[in-house]
Amino acid sequence: MASAPIASNLPAEWRDFWALTKPRVMTLVVFTGLCGLLIAPGHIHPVLGFTAILCIALGAGAAAALNQWYEADLDSKMKRTANRPLPAGRMDRQSALHFGVGLSALSVILMGFAVNLLAAAILTVSILFYVLIYTVWLKRRTPQNIVIGGAAGAFPALIGWAAVTGRIDVLPVLLFLMVFLWTPPHFWALSLFVNSDYAAAGVPMMSVVAGTKATRLQAFLYSWPMAAVAIAPWPLGLTGPIYGVSAIVLNVTFLALAARVGFSRESDPALMKAERRLFGYSILYLFATFGVLVVDKLWFA
Amino acid sequence: MALDPNTETEIRRRQKSRAIVTALLLGAFVVLVYAISIAKMVK
Repeated sequence: MASAPIASNLPAEWRDFWALTKPRVMTLVVFTGLCGLLIAPGHIHPVLGFTAILCIALGAGAAAALNQWYEADLDSKMKRTANRPLPAGRMDRQSALHFGVGLSALSVILMGFAVNLLAAAILTVSILFYVLIYTVWLKRRTPQNIVIGGAAGAFPALIGWAAVTGRIDVLPVLLFLMVFLWTPPHFWALSLFVNSDYAAAGVPMMSVVAGTKATRLQAFLYSWPMAAVAIAPWPLGLTGPIYGVSAIVLNVTFLALAARVGFSRESDPALMKAERRLFGYSILYLFATFGVLVVDKLWFA
Repeated sequence: MALDPNTETEIRRRQKSRAIVTALLLGAFVVLVYAISIAKMVK
């Protein structure tokens, strides 16, 4: 870990602690966790269901805070992240560390106390995976950082399901795999048009280490198993046709956009429309896939 | 070393806003734990 920017002597604003939790990323995590909870068979008391989602959000926020605590030096070198509380000098690193550790402990203990131990255990694994495996171990060492680290973002649906059922079944595992396989094309599309940012910070993203051609191809190739896993619940009889047909449409569109990225030769980040389109669509795709799954489950319940 | 008045005012303002947010969150946490306890008893 290199030296981080020096913080001002003023105490941080509460808004900076809020920013430390990456609220926008949390939205997606909360949504997938909520969908996992809603599609699970069985019943959970609304207060306990709310608590489970709150704990997922707190855990995600805590992991984001610890990630920024560790990566303050990297963040200060990238335009996209330079205005975060630590690199901008609005907060000292110790406050971020205490906040992250405290929030992690709170989220796990509350989940164990209010919901069940399996959900608390998976939440613990997801926080540790994001902080230790992705942030500390992989991110600065290998261009496969996103591939393996993607598992961290795939846990919420599993946690939501476990909160209701107290066990793990085939459907949430497929959802876990879908988010896991979705992460590489999503982040590699982003890394193609912010390549210079990652290069300046020395992050060995695929586009920095292997070049844009290999990155494009791999983003395209990863989209295939992702699509297969996303559509699989229908032929396996785990969902109804609403999900099945929607999943086919959503994934065919994803593959078409990924193909345009895969076969593009554009080298100027400012002109990378296909990459921006895939990145934007990939976010919509995840929201839509999980949303349709919930509609399907409620419809055929 | 004495702080200049502007800095001191800014520090107090930040401390106050943090204290208010912390108090609100603690209050919400107490209500949540109470609600969880009731939900567990009902279950």
